[in-house]
Amino acid sequence: MRALGSGGTALPGLVVERLHPDALSQLANDLSATALITGTNGKTTSAAMLARILRADGRAVVHNRAGSNLLRGVTAAMVDAASLLGRLPADANAVLESDEAALPAIAAAAPPSVAVFTNLMRDQLDRYGEIESIARRWADALSAFPPETVIALNVDDPLIASLAHHWDGSCLSFGIEDPDIPSAPQGEIMDAVWDPKTDDDFRYSRRYFAQLGRWHTDSGAQRPTPDIAADNITFAAGLTSFTLQLPRSSVDIALPADGLYSVYNALAASTAAIALGVAAETIRDGLESHEAAFGRQEEMVVEGRRVRLLLGKNPSGMNQALRTLQRPGERHHLLVLLNDGIADGTDVSWIWDVDWESQAQHCESLTVGGHRAADMALRLKYAGFPEPCNPIENDIGDVLRAALDAVPESGRLTILPTYTAMLDVRQRLGQMGAARLWDVAR
Amino acid sequence: MTSPGRPSLNIAVLYPDLLNLYGDRGNARAVEERCAARGIDTTVLGVGIGDDWSSRQADIVLVGGGQDREQRRVQADLQRRGEDLREYVDNDGVVLAVCGGFQLFGHHYRGWDGEIMEGIGIFDAVAAHPGPKIARCVGNVVALWEGETVVGFENHGGRTYLNDGQQALADVVSGFGNNGGDGLEGAKVKNAYGTYLHGAVLPKNPRLADRLISLALDRRFGAEAAELPPLDDSVALRAHAEALHAALSARESALGRRFA
Ligand SMILES: [Zn+2]
Repeated sequence: MRALGSGGTALPGLVVERLHPDALSQLANDLSATALITGTNGKTTSAAMLARILRADGRAVVHNRAGSNLLRGVTAAMVDAASLLGRLPADANAVLESDEAALPAIAAAAPPSVAVFTNLMRDQLDRYGEIESIARRWADALSAFPPETVIALNVDDPLIASLAHHWDGSCLSFGIEDPDIPSAPQGEIMDAVWDPKTDDDFRYSRRYFAQLGRWHTDSGAQRPTPDIAADNITFAAGLTSFTLQLPRSSVDIALPADGLYSVYNALAASTAAIALGVAAETIRDGLESHEAAFGRQEEMVVEGRRVRLLLGKNPSGMNQALRTLQRPGERHHLLVLLNDGIADGTDVSWIWDVDWESQAQHCESLTVGGHRAADMALRLKYAGFPEPCNPIENDIGDVLRAALDAVPESGRLTILPTYTAMLDVRQRLGQMGAARLWDVAR
Repeated sequence: MTSPGRPSLNIAVLYPDLLNLYGDRGNARAVEERCAARGIDTTVLGVGIGDDWSSRQADIVLVGGGQDREQRRVQADLQRRGEDLREYVDNDGVVLAVCGGFQLFGHHYRGWDGEIMEGIGIFDAVAAHPGPKIARCVGNVVALWEGETVVGFENHGGRTYLNDGQQALADVVSGFGNNGGDGLEGAKVKNAYGTYLHGAVLPKNPRLADRLISLALDRRFGAEAAELPPLDDSVALRAHAEALHAALSARESALGRRFA
């Protein structure tokens, strides 16, 4: 069994940044290609999928893992990968996940060959500000990209699709074409409701979640037909199958991940891979070897019980995590962890905008924890959840103990943590001897 | 849902699809839940742009916060309802206006680009954004309201200034409040309450929630109906304590930095 690794990787980056402020751009000179991935949700998993695809293509890959997505974390990843000579492996490709706000700085230091935009949703308003300011920042960042950059846009998100207006170079679009994907429940939160350019409302013939779907406006703007698309999507536990339609071919994918948002992640990775010249079969091989990224649909075993981590850090992300849980007849043992650290967002108001109500009837047992456990308990009480099966605990060790005790032997605990709570609980699980599910199976 | 013989309150939420950014829908949930626990029926009605609605049908009017562009968007429709809402407040109608809603219930809001968004003048107050280079007021807030703490989270670029004679809702203990300068939080005119507090504010400030319910019951059914039996508020008060702790420990570390 392998112990669980830790998540913090930004420290060497800080050291190098201080000693050598332009270290990243010097190292970036050695790269043969750089893929930047940004957006509110899905960037960590999309980047992990792209790294797999590029490795399946036999390339050397430099990759900032585990959400170290500020300039510092990206520098750290490059320094780690550089040899003692201070150079990166010959012909390496970099796969760099970039924080939404850090995109201009990272793109300036490591000019992208392809830049992927996944979606733009409300996230940690105390830290990022409102959506409009991120959209403006991205439009500015685009004007500094090298002209040969390919931008890859999720056109199901009208805010991402509109980035094409700010870019004269090549653009590849991706989206979902399957007509049988059900619409989001009425009342689910949606952030962008109208076109900032024309002031027209976005209207939807189908809306999958948040503002993603088949949109159009009264002045005739509409979702473009994507260059790269997913169709024939079917969901089974832990496995999502779909046909990946590429410009000149199509390939069937069996993706070991749950939920529609996993399909979007796979589309983001595939589109970047196409821009970098990877063949369809190699994209399939890469995607089918996908393993959950840190805390995102990660499965492990502790004390004979399965434990699953589903990170949720904003309303749309948490709504999607909850939707992957909803299978007919299934009930879940839940541990919900709410922290209010800087990396979580110090404002916990967003929990009121999550559709917890949809999950209340599927809950077998409930435990809450984190620095704002009582806030969470209050929200879930209002959503009609059963009473938490133990007293409200802020301490992560105590709360994990209580949650595990509520799960019968060989049962499964599903943990829904915010970002720093995910780091805390994962570390604690590691101390308890948890092992990743696929390591146990091997 | 309503049933004969039980008291019933109509809750109107203004612009729920546009002023929905900071979890303020929790306020309607708190009113519903706290009424239901006491056998009071509630009907929650969302009022959107262009909807045919009059405050005569309402017992509690709730309005939340949004982005500047959303505030701009509701402005004209709100103007159209201004006279009706002022009359409602004159007749002791109950209002909770949060953040952007609070700003638009004052005389006007001047945005960071100087653009004026007209309000409906229920509160004798003006709001102004000091400009794009000036930091927003962001963080946990503790304020004193009638000798008790109220807690929440604020996130606003605009600063509100109360004119002489306009009563504040509360006094800031920690955080910015209306403008970060005069130590005041929110405003109160008759039964209309304005505040910058999100959180959502009512769930974890159960006394404030009960005050609004009780004022609405008094107005509709008389003083006797307005007496609310206590509820088990242990979870709400624990959430209140967590928010208090978050606010005060952030203040401590800021003081620590200053004196380090
Ligand atoms: Zn606000």
